[in-house]
Amino acid sequence: MIHQPLDFEKPICELEKKIEEFKQLSASEGIDLSDEISRLEKKVRKLQEETFSNLNAWKIVQISRHPERPYTYDYLYLMFDEFIEIHGDRRFKDDTAIVAGVGMLDGNRVVLIGEQKGRGSKERAARNFGMPGPEGYRKAMRAMDIAQKFNMPVVTLIDTPGAYPGIGAEERGQAEAISASILKLAGLRVPTIGCIIGEGNSGGALAIGLVDRMFILEYAVYSVISPEGCASILWKDQSKAPQAAEALKLTAADLKKAGIIDEVLKEPPGGAHNDFKSMAQTIKNALIGSIGALRSVSIDELVKDRYSKYRGIGQFRETGG
Amino acid sequence: MPLFGSEKTKNSLDSLWIKCNNCNEIIYKKEVEKNLKVCPKCNYHFRLSAKEWIDILIDRDTFHELWSNIEAVDPLDFKDRSRYRDKLKETQKLTGISDAVVTGYGTINELFLNIGIFDFNFMGGSMGSVVGEKITRLIEKAAEEGSNLLIVTSSGGARMQEGIFSLIQMAKTNTAMSRLAGSSALYISLLTDPTTGGVAASFASIADIIIAEPKALIGFAGPRVISDTIGQKLPDGFQRAEFLLEHGMIDMVIDRKVIKKTIAQIIKLLGNTQKRL
Repeated sequence: MIHQPLDFEKPICELEKKIEEFKQLSASEGIDLSDEISRLEKKVRKLQEETFSNLNAWKIVQISRHPERPYTYDYLYLMFDEFIEIHGDRRFKDDTAIVAGVGMLDGNRVVLIGEQKGRGSKERAARNFGMPGPEGYRKAMRAMDIAQKFNMPVVTLIDTPGAYPGIGAEERGQAEAISASILKLAGLRVPTIGCIIGEGNSGGALAIGLVDRMFILEYAVYSVISPEGCASILWKDQSKAPQAAEALKLTAADLKKAGIIDEVLKEPPGGAHNDFKSMAQTIKNALIGSIGALRSVSIDELVKDRYSKYRGIGQFRETGG
Repeated sequence: MPLFGSEKTKNSLDSLWIKCNNCNEIIYKKEVEKNLKVCPKCNYHFRLSAKEWIDILIDRDTFHELWSNIEAVDPLDFKDRSRYRDKLKETQKLTGISDAVVTGYGTINELFLNIGIFDFNFMGGSMGSVVGEKITRLIEKAAEEGSNLLIVTSSGGARMQEGIFSLIQMAKTNTAMSRLAGSSALYISLLTDPTTGGVAASFASIADIIIAEPKALIGFAGPRVISDTIGQKLPDGFQRAEFLLEHGMIDMVIDRKVIKKTIAQIIKLLGNTQKRL
């Protein structure tokens, strides 16, 4: 059950609470309320369906940032049989906005790199709200080197408000770290698979987002800039973020249409935060399928295909002149 | 040497006097022009248009422009307070160029050079699909020929009006860069004021040699975003070229009056000196 509902989730949440109350009452008092309960459950499902079939871009942005949405660690525990986390960039520090390590995914050795927002105020602050600094991307690059050396596919889970805009991050080369990470992914001689699990904003997302296969969850977003940032620059008014969200075409459906995403992964009713387990299973199946498909192609072909894929992205007009 | 284009740009100096952005001194315009648009009082390097850069760097009458026929479309049908497609037309008219980067080749002190130059007058030098495509073609050309490449940046970053397509141009150009890295081509990045965002966080930061102009603003995030995020005033000189040099992010800070000589010297030492026009 959701504890911190978004405004448009509140009516659903109220109904769920009522169902819970009835169930408890029925158990403690021995009264049969099953008819009432099943009536309410039907009502919840209908309301949920109605609410979630009519989400505008801004509401989807809210879901992508939902405080109860599963994060990299949640998926990691649910998807992997074993996992060893690595730490640090060997230069300055361990940036915990990025989690990296090696794990066993249904019999496949896999390197995982994921952005981690943190749950609860203390962990959120410790993980810098999922905004990596250069050290995070340099740790990610260490993980990529390990993947290449031991011939393991790389899986990236993207979930960040953006790379951290701070003094130290700039002093230590945030721009260079992001660029180097993108460059390394471009030439990596192992299969790479990405999944946008929450919000994927700007260079902070792309730094681990150049991959052979890209998935996105149904209510996740991927954008060149946050709607708030875009609104404050182009509208000179941050409160125009909902309009900016619409204009940026940042939803999973829009991105699929634009050819940026290979596949949209359906979320459980009410969104991933309603059922971590089934969401994790969906992602796991998609990853396993992709690993198999990408492994069947020679590495030279794979790197060539990757080149053509990114070479072809962009829309312009070339006139006769 | 004609330093200034005949077309009128937003930043063109249309009075006799000009105020320096850095020291706020009022300076005689002719004096600044004679000085390659560098403030004679404080050495502030004013922004140049792509055309002005070609005049400074490339040997007279050797510049051949490539791909000027690639033009932006409006893939998202983007509208903020105005329409993106209208803004494009307006900016093309104002600047006389088709998009924010001019690409081509020529010679610099008789040495062959592929060159891409950002023009900040064109929507803040922002990178959308056209810039990404032209830069990618230029990188591929240099990689294939094993010939020298110089990219002069002046850009606020990705072009928001093209949404995700703009973001992916960082991936596209760096994918081409991964090919260049495996070739013998020399790549020099010249960072001018300002170079931030998606351009800083892609090809501009991964050259063999990185040069910056004095006091140029260079970084990932813009200073206003940083000070808003951390709620502090930023230290003096933060994100300026000299600051980056001190922190090991660039190789040198070079005055405009010796930039041509410096680039030619780097090519002589590291680059392809055989290729002819």
